[in-house]
Amino acid sequence: MASGIVSIKVNGRAEEVVTGAVTTLQDVLRNNLDYTSVKDGCSQGGCGACSVIVDGELRLSCLTPVQEVDGSEVVTLEGLNLSNSITALQQKFIEKYAAQCGFCTPGMMVAITALLDRNANPSRDEIAEALAGNICRCTGYLPIIEAVESIVAEMAGIAGD
Amino acid sequence: MAMKDLKIVGQPVKLRDLDTHVTGETVFYEDVRVPRMLHLKMHRSRYPHARILGIDTSQALSSPGVVTVLTHEDLPGKKLYNALAGAGVGPEDEPVLAFDKVRWKGESVAAVIAETPEQANAAVAKIKVEYEELPAVFDVEEAIKDGAPNLTAHWPNNHYVYPDDHRAAQIRYGDVEKAFAEADHIVEDSYQTQPIEQAPMETNGCIAVPEGDGRITVYSNTQALQFSLDVTAGILDMPTSKLRFVGGTVGGGFGGKVDIQPEPITTLAALRTGRPVKFKYTREEEMQVSSSRSAWRVYVKDGVMNDGRIIARKVTTYQDSGAYLRFSSYACMKHCGHMPGPYTIPNVSVDSIVVFTNRTPSNAMRGFGVMAGSFALEVQMDKIAETIGMDPWELRLINAYREGDMKAHRKEVEDAGMVESILAAAEMAGKQLPENFRNMSSLDRKAG
Amino acid sequence: MTKLRGTGFAAVNYPTGMHLGGDPTQSLVHATTSGNFVVTMSSVDLGQGLKTILAQIAAEALGVPYDTVIVDTGDTDTGPHCTGTFASRTTHRAGNAVIMAAEEARKVMLEVAAEKLEVGVEDLETDGLGNIHVKGVEDKAISVAETAGAAHFELGRTISGRGIYLKPPSPMDPETGESDPDSTQAHACTVAEVEVDTETGDVQVLAIKSAYEVGQQVNPELVKGQIVGGAWMGIGHALQETTAPYYPAIDHAPRDFQTYQMPGAVDMPEVECEVLEIASRNGPFGAKGVGEMVTNSPIPAIVNAINNALGVRITQIPVTPEVVLRALDEKAAGGG
Repeated sequence: MASGIVSIKVNGRAEEVVTGAVTTLQDVLRNNLDYTSVKDGCSQGGCGACSVIVDGELRLSCLTPVQEVDGSEVVTLEGLNLSNSITALQQKFIEKYAAQCGFCTPGMMVAITALLDRNANPSRDEIAEALAGNICRCTGYLPIIEAVESIVAEMAGIAGD
Repeated sequence: MAMKDLKIVGQPVKLRDLDTHVTGETVFYEDVRVPRMLHLKMHRSRYPHARILGIDTSQALSSPGVVTVLTHEDLPGKKLYNALAGAGVGPEDEPVLAFDKVRWKGESVAAVIAETPEQANAAVAKIKVEYEELPAVFDVEEAIKDGAPNLTAHWPNNHYVYPDDHRAAQIRYGDVEKAFAEADHIVEDSYQTQPIEQAPMETNGCIAVPEGDGRITVYSNTQALQFSLDVTAGILDMPTSKLRFVGGTVGGGFGGKVDIQPEPITTLAALRTGRPVKFKYTREEEMQVSSSRSAWRVYVKDGVMNDGRIIARKVTTYQDSGAYLRFSSYACMKHCGHMPGPYTIPNVSVDSIVVFTNRTPSNAMRGFGVMAGSFALEVQMDKIAETIGMDPWELRLINAYREGDMKAHRKEVEDAGMVESILAAAEMAGKQLPENFRNMSSLDRKAG
Repeated sequence: MTKLRGTGFAAVNYPTGMHLGGDPTQSLVHATTSGNFVVTMSSVDLGQGLKTILAQIAAEALGVPYDTVIVDTGDTDTGPHCTGTFASRTTHRAGNAVIMAAEEARKVMLEVAAEKLEVGVEDLETDGLGNIHVKGVEDKAISVAETAGAAHFELGRTISGRGIYLKPPSPMDPETGESDPDSTQAHACTVAEVEVDTETGDVQVLAIKSAYEVGQQVNPELVKGQIVGGAWMGIGHALQETTAPYYPAIDHAPRDFQTYQMPGAVDMPEVECEVLEIASRNGPFGAKGVGEMVTNSPIPAIVNAINNALGVRITQIPVTPEVVLRALDEKAAGGG
């Protein structure tokens, strides 16, 4: 694919990016647009730290050529921070000590948001399976699973009231 | 036994960085934004052992976007280093950039600095190094045999040499051979661990920024800021006052960020180009180039009595250091000092040997020098229990050190808590122990 | 298909601080004019929570509210020397340095408060809530903020302190190994339950139960975080992780997370832990180091559990399915 101009909407804002032959969405978000929550843990699709949402779907931005998402809507954690819906999940992460070094955390937040968007009431197994693409080297995952379980329980409680 | 009347120590206050971790606003070194930044990529050796006949960088230098290429000829100070040289460890055996030979597959040969990472990578591929391949050795016990390929004249027998010409860090306590002769049982085995990657989610890296006043600020994810500064200044033969290291918030370490690998060459690149330079390890480099946890081979021989007392323990350990020393002599001393584990044994002999092979140099990881020792000893303890027909819990409780016991390195046990830990775990596991074992404590020998 | 279950355990100790000592850390503490305290260091937080526990230790030693302590670390131009974050040393070394600096600052703070209240220093105590009052007389008090302001603007005194912790170097005798290598020892005993598929060689860890003796805990949730994360890493080390899968050969070296295998969230068993506190005589408020041993105790416990399940003697890690199947073959051939 040759160089060209790609138009994407990132966190609600229209952007035009000049791209090279092999520009990834990760590179554009991190380095052109300074969305530094999009982490570079491997650039091989193996760690999930660069997860973003493209047109409502969870994507690994490091494996996504930016040309492929021309015209799409992209949401990074910076975008999610603007909505109130993620605040409760962030609070649960803090309460459960669900991050240590914090490098995987942005990808985790995005992946969990995508999970809860498609399944508001995931089981413990479904939560663990949804984290398969996101590596955390510090916590052993249990506090992350507990944080999600507790937000799910809270949402179910609110729904039931 | 814990301290009382504490107000805030002992309380589960929240983790301070979590507020920004969950929003993605924590600033790691790579999130620092600097203008006009260049990118460094490394040309690495293809062979585990080879003589370098020539390095041709001409095509790389004329490659698009390339600002400069650095080889060993560009080093202003040391060609060989060891990061612990300042602490008296030596001789310095590791090339900053390879010159006469390469001794492991992945060794740094030439650094390309270019406008973009892609341009740097393209130029790295254009560097031509002519090699004469040499026989390589990968097994610790093969490496120290007569006639094995020698890595370097620094280590004629491919092992480190400790003070007074000792080939091992060693413990000599009591008389193990006499005790073996008196023991009811001899229990022997060998244990092997493999190289393991620390795998922090953030790979090693740094950004070196010239400040215009002759100083360089290095944004680094090192686990030790002043240490990295001192080592970098030492390698580049520059005053420490010219360097400032900034970091302290790191995306995981586990021992994988004490190598001081990216900082010296990136600082040199910033000095040469007058522009900010970034060098970030790819995940592949993190896996295969950054130092791993060492592989260890541990031989354990124990003399045991029918009543379960271990009266002698002899340990011979080979640490696979890889091609260079780095911190391995420290690790073998720590391994040695850890023996014979959390047990009081009156006769102990330990030989802990650093061996050089044509493998990626190894270095620190969580439990440096100790993990493999604990693994070997605790699998060995089960073998002893099986051999003499004793309950493995009782075996450990009989031998566990108590407060005031003399350790093999001749220091009395202080703040002991092994017996209490074993008893607590036994209870969690539902293990029924006889009352005399349940009543044991770290203080029971002192008591009477 | 047969699945066999087994239980194993391991007892370990772990030294606090760099082996053979000689690894200092410094700290500077000063009050702002509004009564906050800045703890200046150059120690590195790898995610274990160093900034958090140093703030706790400083608040405790100063006798001031936790939220008024600011930890400023990570810059060699401003922070005094720290040897580094490794060797389970930072809580111990940096914590002790912070206590020393905080005690010096606290002494000046109380002297200023005594002058303002016109009482003796020995009559004063802090309530940890931001006030300094006469012992037993709570309304005869001055706030820390007012004290700090008075020190600077009225009395011309600095409420500040310097701290260092150094365990003097203890070289090892080359012949006997005699030395004083560590500051203290922490202890652990871990029980592992496993299930082994004898057809595929797959090992599943069903439970990890541990007792950890770590001296005084500075922050129990952060200690638990180390224990759970360490158990996960221990499972990885015991069963999967290697950069040289054909060791000693260097072939087929993993280059990514697809080929460097680690346990996933779905592989994580329940981790139960009990923490014992036997104070270290030289640790900050009695603390010992915990960050490394948490990986050491699960590994032999898991291998012992596999051996227990199968009636074999595996003596290497990682215990991959291939290692399990070879051990079973050897046993079947009469070797075990």
